[in-house]
Amino acid sequence: MSDTSFAGRLRSFADSDLFYSFRRSKTTVIAAAALALLFFGAIFAPVIAPFDPFDIAHLNLLDSELPPAWMEGSNSAYWLGTDTQARDVLSSILYGLRISLFVGFASVILAAVLGVFLGLVGGFVGGIVDAVIMRVADVLLSFPAILVALLINGVMRGILPANQHESAAILVLVLAIGLTNWVQYARTVRGSTLVERQREYVQAARTIGVGRLRIMLTHILPNVLGPVLVIATINLGMAVLTEATLSFLGVGMPATQPSLGTLIRVGNEYLFSGIWWVVIFPSATLAVLVLAVNLIGDWLRDALNPKLR
Amino acid sequence: MNAAPIKLKSREAPLLQVKGLKKHFAMSKPFLNRLLEGGEQQTVKAVDGLDLDIPRGQTLSLVGESGCGKSTVARLIMGLSSPSGGSILFDGADISRAPAGQPADIRRRMQMIFQDPYASLNPRWRVADIIAEPLRTYGMCASRQEQRREVDRLLEFVGLNAKDGDKFPHEFSGGQRQRISIARAISTKPEFLVCDEPTSALDVSVQAQILNLMREMQRELGLTYLFISHDLAVVNFMSDWIGVMYLGRLVEVSPAAELFANPQHPYTRLLLDTIPDLEMSKRDRQPAAGEVPNPINPPPGCHFRPRCALANERCRREAPVLRVYDGGVSASCHAVEEGRANEPITVQASAAQSLRAAV
Amino acid sequence: MALLEVENLKVEFPTRKGVLTAVDNVSFNVEQGEILGVVGESGAGKSMTGAAVIGLLEPPGRIGGGQIRLDGKRIDNLSPDEMRKIRGRHIGAIFQDPLTSLNPLFTVGEQLVETIRTHLPMSAADAKKRAIGWLAEVGIPAPDRRFDQYPHQFSGGMRQRVVIALALCAEPRLIIADEPTTALDVSVQAQIIALLKRVCRERNAAAILVTHDMGVIAETADRVAVMYAGRLAEIGPVAHVLQKPSHPYTAGLMGSIPRVGPRPKRLIQIEGSMPRLTDIPSGCAFNPRCPKVFAECHRIRPELRPVADGAAACLLYEGVTQ
Repeated sequence: MSDTSFAGRLRSFADSDLFYSFRRSKTTVIAAAALALLFFGAIFAPVIAPFDPFDIAHLNLLDSELPPAWMEGSNSAYWLGTDTQARDVLSSILYGLRISLFVGFASVILAAVLGVFLGLVGGFVGGIVDAVIMRVADVLLSFPAILVALLINGVMRGILPANQHESAAILVLVLAIGLTNWVQYARTVRGSTLVERQREYVQAARTIGVGRLRIMLTHILPNVLGPVLVIATINLGMAVLTEATLSFLGVGMPATQPSLGTLIRVGNEYLFSGIWWVVIFPSATLAVLVLAVNLIGDWLRDALNPKLR
Repeated sequence: MNAAPIKLKSREAPLLQVKGLKKHFAMSKPFLNRLLEGGEQQTVKAVDGLDLDIPRGQTLSLVGESGCGKSTVARLIMGLSSPSGGSILFDGADISRAPAGQPADIRRRMQMIFQDPYASLNPRWRVADIIAEPLRTYGMCASRQEQRREVDRLLEFVGLNAKDGDKFPHEFSGGQRQRISIARAISTKPEFLVCDEPTSALDVSVQAQILNLMREMQRELGLTYLFISHDLAVVNFMSDWIGVMYLGRLVEVSPAAELFANPQHPYTRLLLDTIPDLEMSKRDRQPAAGEVPNPINPPPGCHFRPRCALANERCRREAPVLRVYDGGVSASCHAVEEGRANEPITVQASAAQSLRAAV
Repeated sequence: MALLEVENLKVEFPTRKGVLTAVDNVSFNVEQGEILGVVGESGAGKSMTGAAVIGLLEPPGRIGGGQIRLDGKRIDNLSPDEMRKIRGRHIGAIFQDPLTSLNPLFTVGEQLVETIRTHLPMSAADAKKRAIGWLAEVGIPAPDRRFDQYPHQFSGGMRQRVVIALALCAEPRLIIADEPTTALDVSVQAQIIALLKRVCRERNAAAILVTHDMGVIAETADRVAVMYAGRLAEIGPVAHVLQKPSHPYTAGLMGSIPRVGPRPKRLIQIEGSMPRLTDIPSGCAFNPRCPKVFAECHRIRPELRPVADGAAACLLYEGVTQ
């Protein structure tokens, strides 16, 4: 029953209720497959992308504004066509996906770590510490997240010298998105911590004489992480969208290092000049990515909720 | 009556002494709301002046209905909550202001078994780690191997298999989980165990196993128990002494056999009368009316007065105090003191002794 | 003809690891005006049996076989709508937690009047008079005033009284009471038991009393059915089953209950615990814990056989020799 070897764990996972409910949900399996494909493309972009869109030496302006491969006047080397500067759209998407996903994951991790820590401390310590953390959270929640992200973004850009804006853009984005999204984690974790703190196994640890920090980290933390996984999954979609929005507004990734959002912003200008593929394909990729992540998040939320089983 | 010594070890100081223990909870709205909306500050006197002595190697049980404060007493003694007044002495050392687990050299000697076997074990820990936690905390084993050997020994002592250490709590039934809880509690070789309704979540056939195990443990390890329960029949099986609580106060403390043979306080009698009789002799009785009142506003004077057939004007005015009578019996009741209680206070020695002989 | 006949009832739970049988081939009758106790430990299937009779099995639980007949008419295969008409009018229900049976948003009076008028042809004024009568009947002081109060304004014991009034106000002939006293304090338990017994006797209503508490059975039931691992172990008149149990499980159960009086050194204990539904042993389900087990017990599943005044499912009574 409790085989600790890797193969044993794998077998017990394949046998678990979680995996069973995954297999039974067709939508989730399709979403997971789509997501796996996108992850694969993003991670291995330098290997599988047909062109390097940032290598100016190899750009041939004669190949600019070519339509996708199945249309008249196309060049079959460029499956999804090229943009006004002759960059391969497919390759741009793969590289853009890389940046979008990196920003998404990094900001989710930042927000989760920060939120879990603050929620755990607030819920466990209580009193003034808890009050301060939760009031800050309330204030943050009373503004639209995108506004707060814009604000943090603006402040960071103000602090950094202008020549570093482009190189630091990705870091600024991660910070801006991460710092706006921790509230949800903190609230959830605080709530579960308040419940777990009263449970008898925590009382038992206290009567045994286990220190507070140890109780917090070894007893309560593992028992409040379940919902965090669900929030993190759903938040990944949100973070990718926020990044795209910021980049679309021109305060995110620069055109020299485009994310999906940047590609959409740049392509958007040409939408009515006939070269629709420059904007439709990155937009579709973004939509599929966010949809797949959210579907998996929804499934995970239901699958981990004992009441719905 | 006076000839029969009931305190077997009366010359020795009790292991646990509780004096005037109080716990009051503020039940009013938060300060800001009270300031804006008005309203009085209200308190619930969960425990209101409790005196107890638990002799070494014996079991004292607290019984009472929900809200009588018996579980709060357990939490106060273990340091899980701090008293509003009074003192708790363990082997002469005052621990009434010490938080749970401190000071280590005293708290190691007192452990607790909880009510809910499903909530008292961390679901994400392996059983061996759960049982070893006190050993680690108090640094009682020199090496990991020694620790594992000790855990295996404890598992077998409580009637489980040494192999069970690798499993998780959810793989066990309620009774087995309570055995794990017990193994954890005795791992530090304590002298004193607080047992808060340890079998009330279990089925009767499993309850019998756990109660038997606890009595064996007491004999073998010389343990002293504070046992908390709402079930008088269970308490009868476990106890040397029984304290009956009502709305935060002790109404009667007596040697177990004495309490059943000759209950003094009217509330004790009411409780005894509610015990269902498996011989079916009580099928047509008329049960006493009334319920435990709201603890926020208990009646003045004697809390039990509104439900008491013996109540008079003095009971309304004046709260009775616990008085000691013959045979180690203490009761807090004006009627008992004035000899107005239905049965005479002088015990028929024969009945009480025949019960005691069987203990 | 008995008021309620349950014949070879089977309650199943489909899971991905196969269909679990929570109630397995259970048969019993309830006569007019009789209180039948159904007793067992957690997981014995006693609550499932009650829920199946009243048509309130929680999905995915379902009746997998057998028949339930009320007054000779089958009720196990009715549509949810038809069953709703039977519930309240012909079968009343009382559950463990009174709060789940009462709607917190309506006064107890409104709930009583609604139940009465749903099932009986009556004017609003008459129904109100009747509802107040019922509140008085179940021992609620000042029923006129209490009629307009909400459930949260009642204490635990008073709430359970309201639930009893609600279960009885359409004058059903059968009551299903599932652990009606478990959530209550001991002194209130005794009052509720006495009340339940009195109203059933006065209305000549029959009741199925599902509980884990032998004490409640001893004080209330006329006959008792003992369940183990989804099966009936023993059924018979309460005095017989409690004092001269035929089935080794009942005997063990009775011995393991601590009693008032001279205290023994040890309680009789049944080793082990009830099997999970996923691994019920073959043959007699009680065989791993039975002190009188013999070889056939692992092979043959005992049928309910008449023993003394009742019946027991044990190979000791089937003429199978060791």
